Amino acid sequence: MIRPASRALTAWLLLAPAMTFLFVFTHWPALASLMESFMSTARPRRPSRFVGMDNYQQALSDPVFWKSLTNNLWFALGTIPASIALALLMAIWVNDRLPGRTFARMAYFTPTILPMIAVANIWLFFFTPQYGLIEQIASALGLPSHNWLGSGDTALGAVIMVAIWKEAGFFMIFYLAALQAISPVLAEAANLEGASRWTYFRRVQFPLLMPTTLFVLINAVINAFRMVDHIIVMTRGGPDNATALLMFYIYQVGFNFWDTAYAAALTTILIVMLALIALLQYGWLERRVHYQ
Amino acid sequence: MTQGLLIDHVTKLWGQTPAVADACFEVPAGQFVALLGPSGCGKSTTLRLIAGLDTPSSGRILIGGRDVTALAPAQRGISMVFQSYALFPHLNVAENIIFGLKVRKLPRAERDERLARAASLLGLKALLDRKPSQLSGGQQQRVALARAIVAEAAVCLMDEPLSNLDAQLRLEMRREIRALQQRLGMTMVYVTHDQVEAMTMADQIILMNGGHIEQIGTPEELYASPRTPFAAGFIGTPPMNIVHASFLTGAPHLLPVGAAADALIGVRPESVRIGPAGLAAQVVAVEFLGSDTLIETRLGAISFVVRAPGKISVARDETIHLDWRPTDACIFDTKPH
Ligand SMILES: Nc1ncnc2c1ncn2[C@@H]1O[C@H](COP(=O)(O)OP(=O)(O)O)[C@@H](O)[C@H]1O
Ligand SMILES: [Mg+2]
Repeated sequence: MIRPASRALTAWLLLAPAMTFLFVFTHWPALASLMESFMSTARPRRPSRFVGMDNYQQALSDPVFWKSLTNNLWFALGTIPASIALALLMAIWVNDRLPGRTFARMAYFTPTILPMIAVANIWLFFFTPQYGLIEQIASALGLPSHNWLGSGDTALGAVIMVAIWKEAGFFMIFYLAALQAISPVLAEAANLEGASRWTYFRRVQFPLLMPTTLFVLINAVINAFRMVDHIIVMTRGGPDNATALLMFYIYQVGFNFWDTAYAAALTTILIVMLALIALLQYGWLERRVHYQ
Repeated sequence: MTQGLLIDHVTKLWGQTPAVADACFEVPAGQFVALLGPSGCGKSTTLRLIAGLDTPSSGRILIGGRDVTALAPAQRGISMVFQSYALFPHLNVAENIIFGLKVRKLPRAERDERLARAASLLGLKALLDRKPSQLSGGQQQRVALARAIVAEAAVCLMDEPLSNLDAQLRLEMRREIRALQQRLGMTMVYVTHDQVEAMTMADQIILMNGGHIEQIGTPEELYASPRTPFAAGFIGTPPMNIVHASFLTGAPHLLPVGAAADALIGVRPESVRIGPAGLAAQVVAVEFLGSDTLIETRLGAISFVVRAPGKISVARDETIHLDWRPTDACIFDTKPH
């Protein structure tokens, strides 16, 4: 018989390794960033000191911060609805047609397995001026040449394309799993009642997929503010900050300019923003989601 | 509103094996027909062919004289109750019931009226706002029935609708479905593997075996004169005793008229009397059921069951004499057809 006290001790000891790692690599850095955002960045002759909201004030008057924030909002707007809609469409298509299902599923899922760096490099080739894939097709069709990534008008659109391509396959897997959990008898019942394919989707499938949509949506929002790899590979935020996303700008400030305190403040802003969005989504959508 | 149904030489192949082989039968308007048979004999397949959820490999299906073989399920004028009920989990009871009416864009007033009628008919008025997950099995069953009724279709199809319910509820729903069918004058095709269900509910029973139709007839006909040993063995609890005519050489007065020497003779357990003379048999087991006693006996190598009214006191290994009227016995030809 083990005494309660020693049982508790055993439990804590068993938890200790995992908790140590969690604290050292997750909780402490988060807390440290928050604290650092109220300090000044240490320089060789000026040690770090408490500066209050100075870093946040600097962000408000920083045009590059505003530029990357608006870029990021456009990026989110461009990627989230498109990738979710595409994912849903592909999942339904793969779910309906049995022949070649495994192959189609694989093909759609491939972008998710590939590392973003590799994906970005492939797309970099597609977008390359003069001899890139898109340029070759365009010139074969007699269309004028265009530098997709080098022009401020199209660079953001080009990186949005890559993100959609990368995300849609990932979200499709969730939708496909959810679709396969819906009993095929429901489709037969709806069919007997005279429901068209569209009616069945609108009145049965889509409502039953709402929990998945909520999950996917929250992931999509987080990803839209978190993705940075393909920016680093493809544009490095250029031309003229046209593709600078918030996360990329934080990375630049923190690790290119080494203004770590300012980067910490920007990080805090980003996290608060994401938390607010997630809360809003749950609060708004939770009420119209049917959980089985 | 109600219409008859005609199945005309319908065959359904899955690959090379026929699930339904050359089925022919007719369901007159307003009749209750049970498709009866053991599991895997092709009952559900037949029903799905009628519904249009599967297409026959050959043959025609006519509803109300109209060839519907090539029509989509929704155009055939049928409603269906699935074994698993197939209720939409995210819709409440009322929305489930009027799902099809909404799809068909019926005017709102008409929709509400049909819903109110079906709900009061099936006692669902207090449950209209509930989701299917908040209902018991019997209540879900009723919602599925209501959904089939409001369609006011020519033919109603049911695939083992009571198999998920407990025994008590099954008894209740059996009566309810039959009463509903008669009250509304529906044409009903009802799939079941339970012979008691078929016997108590149906006007006509279509007995299936291995994709073939074994016999069609009223419950009385199937009980009194099964045409094959399979039919004899499937109907009645306990089923009919079947013995070779050669077993009866010692008691030739028990042979029905016209029985060939190598025929099979079928006798219902309840037709057998225990008498002072007749076929000698050895008692193996005795089961007292209250109103009857079941006596299992042995005739040489085969078992022969007797159902006698009241309490009979016989002991194990005792030899008793079995007697029956030759007119109560059935003859099954053993010659291949
Ligand atoms: N979709 C299918 N594909 C292949 N074989 C099937 C299919 N559906 C049913 N079968 C076969 O057809 C036969 C009849 O099945 P079914 O009509 O479901 O029998 P039951 O009388 O139990 O309802 C069974 O042997 C079954 O294995
Ligand atoms: Mg079946």
